[in-house]
Amino acid sequence: MAITEENPGYKWVGTRPIRPDGLEKVTGKARFGADLVLPGMLYGKVVRSPHAHARIVSIDTSAAESMEGVKAVITGADFPDLAANGAHPSDIDVANNAIARDKVLYEGHVVAAVAAITREQAEAAAKAVAVTYEVLPHVLTVDEAMADNAPLLHEAMITKGVDPAPEEPSNIASKILHERGDLDQGFGEADAVVEREFSTKPVHQGYIEPHAAVADANSDGRAHIWCSSQGHFQMRAYTATVLGVSPGTLKVTAAEIGGGFGGKTVIYLEPLAVRLSQRAGRPVKLVMDRDEVFRATGPTSGTRIKVKMGVSKDGKITAAEVWMAYEAGAYAGSPVGAAGMTAIACYDIPNFVVEGYDVVCNKPRVAAYRAPGAPMAAFAVESVLDELARNIEMDPIDIRLANAAVEGTQASYGPKFPRIGFVETLEAIKEHPNYTAELGPNQGRGVAAGFWFNAGMMSSATVHVNENGTATVVTGSPDIGGSRQSMALMAAEELGIPYESIKPVVADTETVGFNDVTGGSRVTLATGAAVVDACRLIVEDLRGRAAKTWDVEVDQVEWVDGQAQHVDGAQPPLSLNDLAAKSGRTGGPISANASLNSRGVGAGFSTQLCDVEVDPETGVTRVVRYLTAQDAGRAISPDYVEGQMQGGVVQGIGWALNEEYIHDTEGVMENPSFLDYRMPVASDLPMIDCAIVEVPNPAHPYGVRGVGEVGIVPPMAAVGNAIHDAVDVRMTELPMSPIKVLEALNENDG
Amino acid sequence: MKYVAPSSVEEAASLLSSSPSAQVFAGATDVVPQIRAGRPAPDVLVDLKKIKELVALNSDGDKWTVGAATPTAYLTEDDAFSHEFPGLAEAAGLIGSDQIQNRSSLGGNLCNASPAADSVPAMVVNGVRAVVAGPNGTRVLDVSEVVTGPGQTALDDDEFIVEFEIDKMPSRSGDAYLRMIPRTEMDIAVVGAGARVTLADDGSIEQAVLALGAVAPTVVRIPDAEQALVGSTADEETLNAVAAAASEACDPIDDKRGTVEYRKQVAGVLAKRAVVIAIERAEQRNGTN
Ligand SMILES: Cc1cc2nc3c(=O)[nH]c(=O)nc-3n(C[C@H](O)[C@H](O)[C@H](O)COP(=O)(O)OP(=O)(O)OC[C@H]3O[C@@H](n4cnc5c(N)ncnc54)[C@H](O)[C@@H]3O)c2cc1C
Repeated sequence: MAITEENPGYKWVGTRPIRPDGLEKVTGKARFGADLVLPGMLYGKVVRSPHAHARIVSIDTSAAESMEGVKAVITGADFPDLAANGAHPSDIDVANNAIARDKVLYEGHVVAAVAAITREQAEAAAKAVAVTYEVLPHVLTVDEAMADNAPLLHEAMITKGVDPAPEEPSNIASKILHERGDLDQGFGEADAVVEREFSTKPVHQGYIEPHAAVADANSDGRAHIWCSSQGHFQMRAYTATVLGVSPGTLKVTAAEIGGGFGGKTVIYLEPLAVRLSQRAGRPVKLVMDRDEVFRATGPTSGTRIKVKMGVSKDGKITAAEVWMAYEAGAYAGSPVGAAGMTAIACYDIPNFVVEGYDVVCNKPRVAAYRAPGAPMAAFAVESVLDELARNIEMDPIDIRLANAAVEGTQASYGPKFPRIGFVETLEAIKEHPNYTAELGPNQGRGVAAGFWFNAGMMSSATVHVNENGTATVVTGSPDIGGSRQSMALMAAEELGIPYESIKPVVADTETVGFNDVTGGSRVTLATGAAVVDACRLIVEDLRGRAAKTWDVEVDQVEWVDGQAQHVDGAQPPLSLNDLAAKSGRTGGPISANASLNSRGVGAGFSTQLCDVEVDPETGVTRVVRYLTAQDAGRAISPDYVEGQMQGGVVQGIGWALNEEYIHDTEGVMENPSFLDYRMPVASDLPMIDCAIVEVPNPAHPYGVRGVGEVGIVPPMAAVGNAIHDAVDVRMTELPMSPIKVLEALNENDG
Repeated sequence: MKYVAPSSVEEAASLLSSSPSAQVFAGATDVVPQIRAGRPAPDVLVDLKKIKELVALNSDGDKWTVGAATPTAYLTEDDAFSHEFPGLAEAAGLIGSDQIQNRSSLGGNLCNASPAADSVPAMVVNGVRAVVAGPNGTRVLDVSEVVTGPGQTALDDDEFIVEFEIDKMPSRSGDAYLRMIPRTEMDIAVVGAGARVTLADDGSIEQAVLALGAVAPTVVRIPDAEQALVGSTADEETLNAVAAAASEACDPIDDKRGTVEYRKQVAGVLAKRAVVIAIERAEQRNGTN
């Protein structure tokens, strides 16, 4: 671990205890989305479109309804027409994506759902729902969607962000633009200029747990939902919108979650389960198969990106021009906005234009995926920077150091950076033995860097002190990356009691204050700050109780090592245990709530070093060594920080080498299984070496920055740059599969 | 769907001939996923693993017999077998993962009749024979004759494979199997290449058999490459001829797993590499082992 700051002598923060959820998970007791079974529960099955683009002419549910065991069949007509009610366009999209009303926009789009006594009956009934489609021409890529006279997904879509607004509708939902300085002047000052075009394919988050929801509706209009999600408050809000009810009528309990990576911040099954349960009068469970997960959830965008950059002989970037188009899938909302903000955010560049387009096409609606939008842009920018460094014969770390954003740099997306640790991650790589390790034949080394904002947003926490001096820490942030451990470590530090005395809990929407989603790497930052606030209220309260007990002023009482101590030692200390046992005599139960809107995010940077070996005859690339350096601000739980760093890298390597959505010409996904959607397996990867850099975020009590996302930003470029170093081909398309690498090698030879 | 587990070959044969839609299975690592994926289930599933001779691995000194339902892990874990047939053992050891190999069988791998089945090219180069039982007794087929097309075999509906016979590996002989997959495991061969060579006393190649998987509807031999090798010492020129002949022998498809171009080129590369490994092994097998 690269420690750049003195550790202020924390007792718990920064240690590696056993995870609080570990035992239940390794023994199989933990309950995930699909595990809940309620008395009388029915099984649901969703009917999905076989077409990429079609008008729904009619849906005949009569055959399905009369089948044995079938208790409910629903279609889009069973939900309020939000468009007719004048709802916000983004809410209308959420509703139409959950269940189509008049058009299906991708293969796998929901058109109906059934509930029956057994799973088999539900499957048979789903097959018996007769849908008549009028098939429409479809567009699958940004190129097809942006072409003149392309078939339109949304007949009334007028591009936003263009002045004056276009008169004709198109598949371009919006345009973004960031500009500074003078491009011509910048390129004029350059000694080397590289211009390249890149393309990437949609990739899925690949969480191992498919989406699942159980709903139990009451006849009074209330309903209880159990689901696997990254934020049950958000599931409640979206589901209420789609059902046209008040959020308060829904209670959502977060199941244990088997991965999300951004893909479980949106709803799919929840409103269907509630409506089926209402119609049937019994609880209903809906669970997706893996092929449904691929065909209808996630993924992140396929893209086309052009980058032109220039540098002077001393390695200073003089100008950058970036053009990008991101697939949104069926509804507006690709992460091109974030891509535009992050693309060159690592660097201090005087002259640039970054232009981006959010483009709809007939594929599943994209969902957030770890640092949404940033990895594809970084693939392009960091590949071009690598080439520029080679052109001027400069070390890849040095060229990045020469341009690195530091405290006070005006970020390309607007604000001035507060204290950040990009330079420290570059130095950590340079100092690591991997940087100078010897390379064998056909091996090569690549460097790439990445930036991610990290989010703050709203969180609440409640801390209860139990009668024996242990504590329960309650939040509403589903734990997808180890946050329960981090909450417990910070609470232990604050209260001065052992980690083992703290039980961290994720509570339902009726038991704790509002929490935004677990996303944007925000939980340890924002929910963590709420936990710290609540613990500090508890400590204040405890000092007061000790003061009362001793009959002294409260400023005579300090809280040290889990004990109230008199500043002069005039009284024997009172432990948390003592105070808890006597709480009835000092004011009643000891508990505190804290709610906040985060006081400031801490931007995250990662620099990575990848060594590959390329088989020049088969095009197979194996990663032989990998190092990631990331600024965590403060690693509350170093095990989990490393887990996040390694996880991001591994997903990035999969994205780099083999993962992609493959569609046939009809727009049907050809590889909706883990056999043919090739995520890496354990044997594909070396141990990912981690260098945790700690440049504390001034806006968090312990200096935390988010760590969950930025790790996936550099890998594609790091791998591509390493391939170039190994076999002298510049890969500009993802995935860099054996087929593509061999093609490139053949071209080089030919 | 009914499940039955006969305990003798005869019983199994009569079960098969008496029910119109019966299907045998061994490890079920193909059958169950196929039924789950929507393929119509048979009326009767006949489990072959309760028949003693179908789960057995024996050598009488002249030949090995491998029960058709024997988990392939038995092959990879048997030192004598994997020492004698390292290529076939490696092919068996590539199927899926440890979990899969505790169930997957050679009979299932062959009769599932996937063009990409890993053990088949390795069986073909080793001249493995299949003993097939039916209502009228048994007959013997070369493994290379069993598969007639994707999902198609030369077996009648009421026939099944009892065991495989593999003649002892001669001295100065060796086999090898290589496959190309984008990942390192849990994947389907994009190209597979098996080779077996026997060396003459002067070190030149006396006999060579090469077979490719996943590049045509069935496993293909490469006669031109075999001829080029015989009498040679597998110098660079010969190996390039082997590669060219292998590419030529392919009749692959373009699909989500690989392009025609890629499969042809890599078939050549793997054929060449498999030959080199087989020769190294042959050189080490000098008659005393
Ligand atoms: C996760 C996973 C990974 C896999 N990886 C690979 C791989 O890397 N390489 C590979 O080649 N395969 C792979 N497979 C496919 C499968 O495991 C193999 O084909 C295996 O050898 C099949 O053997 P089995 O005994 O399980 O066959 P079963 O499923 O029992 O049977 C397969 C077919 O053969 C028939 N059959 C079985 N035994 C006989 C017999 N004695 N006589 C006549 N017909 C018979 C059955 O009726 C059926 O049609 C994989 C499968 C899975 C699930």
